[in-house]
Amino acid sequence: MNRTTALLGSAALALTAASALAEGHMAGEMTIVSWGGAYSASQQNAYHTPYMENTGITIINDESSPEAVAKLRAMEEAGNITWDLVDVEAADAIRLCDEGLAMEIDHDEVLAAAPDGTSASDDFGDSIISDCFIPQIVFSTTMGYRTDLVGDTPPSNICAIFDLETYPGKRALNKRPLANMEWALLCDGVEKADVYDVLETEEGQERALAKLGTIKDQTVWWTAAAETPQLLADGEVVMGSTYNGRLFSAIAEQGQPIGMLWDEQMLDFDGWIVPAGLPEDRLARVLDYLKFATDTQRLADQAAYISYGPARASSAPLVGQHAELGIEMAPHMPTDPNNAQSVLVTQYDFWADYRDDIDAKFQAWLAQ
Amino acid sequence: MSDTAASGPVMSADGVPLKRSLNRALRAQKIRALALIAPLLLFVLITFIAPIADMLFRSVENQIVRETLPETVQRLGDWDADSGEPPSEAVFTALYADIFLAAERKLHTRLGSRLNYEETGASSLFRKTGRRVDRFDTDIYTDQITDLDPAWEAGATWAALFEAREARSALPFTARSWERWTDFVINEEEDDPLEEDVPDFLYTALYSELADGAGAGLDPRVDQVIDALPGFETVSVREQFLDADEDWGGADIWRTIQTYSPAYTSGYFLNAVDMEKGTDGPQFRPENEQIYLTLFKRTMFMSMVITFSCILLGYPVAWILANLPARTANLLMILVLLPFWTSLLVRTSAWKVMLQQQGVINDTLVWLGLVDDGSRLVMINNQFGTIVAMTHILLPFMILPLYSVMQTIPPTYLRAAKSLGATNWTAFWRVYFPQSVPGIGAGSILVFILSIGYYITPEIVGGTTGTFISNRIAYHISSSLNWGLAAALGTILLAVVLVLYWLYDQIVGIDNVKLGG
Repeated sequence: MNRTTALLGSAALALTAASALAEGHMAGEMTIVSWGGAYSASQQNAYHTPYMENTGITIINDESSPEAVAKLRAMEEAGNITWDLVDVEAADAIRLCDEGLAMEIDHDEVLAAAPDGTSASDDFGDSIISDCFIPQIVFSTTMGYRTDLVGDTPPSNICAIFDLETYPGKRALNKRPLANMEWALLCDGVEKADVYDVLETEEGQERALAKLGTIKDQTVWWTAAAETPQLLADGEVVMGSTYNGRLFSAIAEQGQPIGMLWDEQMLDFDGWIVPAGLPEDRLARVLDYLKFATDTQRLADQAAYISYGPARASSAPLVGQHAELGIEMAPHMPTDPNNAQSVLVTQYDFWADYRDDIDAKFQAWLAQ
Repeated sequence: MSDTAASGPVMSADGVPLKRSLNRALRAQKIRALALIAPLLLFVLITFIAPIADMLFRSVENQIVRETLPETVQRLGDWDADSGEPPSEAVFTALYADIFLAAERKLHTRLGSRLNYEETGASSLFRKTGRRVDRFDTDIYTDQITDLDPAWEAGATWAALFEAREARSALPFTARSWERWTDFVINEEEDDPLEEDVPDFLYTALYSELADGAGAGLDPRVDQVIDALPGFETVSVREQFLDADEDWGGADIWRTIQTYSPAYTSGYFLNAVDMEKGTDGPQFRPENEQIYLTLFKRTMFMSMVITFSCILLGYPVAWILANLPARTANLLMILVLLPFWTSLLVRTSAWKVMLQQQGVINDTLVWLGLVDDGSRLVMINNQFGTIVAMTHILLPFMILPLYSVMQTIPPTYLRAAKSLGATNWTAFWRVYFPQSVPGIGAGSILVFILSIGYYITPEIVGGTTGTFISNRIAYHISSSLNWGLAAALGTILLAVVLVLYWLYDQIVGIDNVKLGG
């Protein structure tokens, strides 16, 4: 009898404890989805850790950003959104917004103004490419090359990728048409202002593919941006495109013999979206976090851990030194005036429309 | 007595006909058996069959067009797509109501993405139009109607008007639009429609129907509007759409809407075999967009090559394993199983290190002087790389069934054959090999079916010529979000596997497949 009571009692106790614990978790937890690796680490250092210290809320990192679009759609269909905030590329933010999977927000209301009082929407400026998108960083797709394999004249122009005579050897390019098509047209003599007008036409697309065809059998096509630094380090390719932060870490952190070519870097944005249909309490918590994590100082802080430019204009002057290496980060930002002498800005509307069409042609061309 | 017993039904001891009694007993047994497997059956149904069926169903499902644009689809029915002209003003008026409501519910962009799979440019067309649709100049109808009688501004007036069945049947389009709008306000905004401003598109709908001569004698207020109609200032809804985006003036987008208006479509399947819906039935896509048939053929071909190389490499290994003393065999078996305990990604990446141009194999060949430094072999990012890496990864699936079948072949058979005068080769080929065929069959099925759906290895080492159809399926699932096309590709792949399985059954016989014993 006694034993039974004791057993029952402890079981009941355990149950209450467990449920209390579960409730506590629910109340104090937030799942934030991002890309993992060095990028998530920079967010952890610049946003998550200070926020958790200030509020006592636990932030759980989920590294699902590469599949975020598909997973969000699946969650919405299942009627159970388990994510609170998702880090996506601008193009994906547009798609999620179009699909009704991301929440539209009023940037001035949700985000903090700049320290000098400039409203958030002015401070972020053009980087707000969708009503659902809360910009975080500016990154660029650009070229890296092996300094010891390009001879005495390192490339200074993006068209070096098409110049097999001066720079023989393999190249690494993205297995997606984005950026490749634009560079091909630029190097085929199309004026920068006309690139997208030309790319809209059937002939323009043929022309870009024909230009890429001149280096097709000398190209390794990558699907993950980490491949290019690896291929460069192994000496598999002489030059290749990837994100500027990847090249920075190969050059500055690992000391590889790699040079960087900023010419016609393809600027792009990355940022947050809030999944549509969050319950009130979770939404309130996310918005509170967002206000903190996207303020001027926090965005500048992030640049100490990774060489991506803060999306706010007011953050740029605050960018300091690398947290471990102690080097000035500003000259490594894609938005630095020296680096930004010639840039291409991704035309999201264009790619939203032409993505399926051009991708089908591009993949068919690759498979031939 | 014995007579009746012989001609009547056989009875059991309790006087019930034996047949029924037996049936009852059998039924009870069946139910018990069913109850025993029910948990597993339900589990498989719910977690496996149902999701697959649901996914495959997406390959034909296409309700989104008629659900988002119901009025437009209905009125577009008799538009002649071959005319090359955009449809009439009436269709544009219907589109106005549809797009307005879709934009309020944020569904227009979803439809835009759907139609963009078929017609490049639809995505931004719908996005742009959705932004413009609440700023159309159609408010002149609102002003003119409310000027006649301010009561039109109140939702209650509209509600009262469409209470009456005659009004609903005389002005069906306006009545339906009113109903859809109130439905939206009540269910999604959770507001009272009678307190909201009546949106412009309802006045435009009312005007368009009254101008067509409908609605006379319904209600004094309506009659008042009809009387004033000749003096009304008008605006073309079509022009408003053209202002928002001139693509509405072309026939292409309309043809796409019309073609994809049915609730079910074969469009995804056509797309999955490089075809499209043309003006006169299905036709092949332009050559520079054809990709899927190539990929299907390549997937089949490479899976067969991989299966064959697995047989070639696995057979001798299995033979040795089966003929060694148990202790040595077990040690070797661990070596065969070792790759299973290593991450798939690690194994695949290791092949990259081995095969790349600055990799281990090329370096060794150059060092040995077999290959010139300038002409290192290209062994990765092509079909060769995929075949090598996948053969390695799938080899255990061939060795294990072969081994367990070979173990059951008594060595005495070979000795008997030899003692009867057979050469080594004849003994193997005529006696041993036929008995090991069931193992080859089982291994081949396993390897082939696994490789046909393989995704990650071809993605990493396949380059452009060594990727499979599954890589495109993954792309459409996770990147382009064209789940319909992904489902169609998946369905075709499933069908192909089933057909091959059937063929295999016809030729080899599935009874000849053994996983062991």
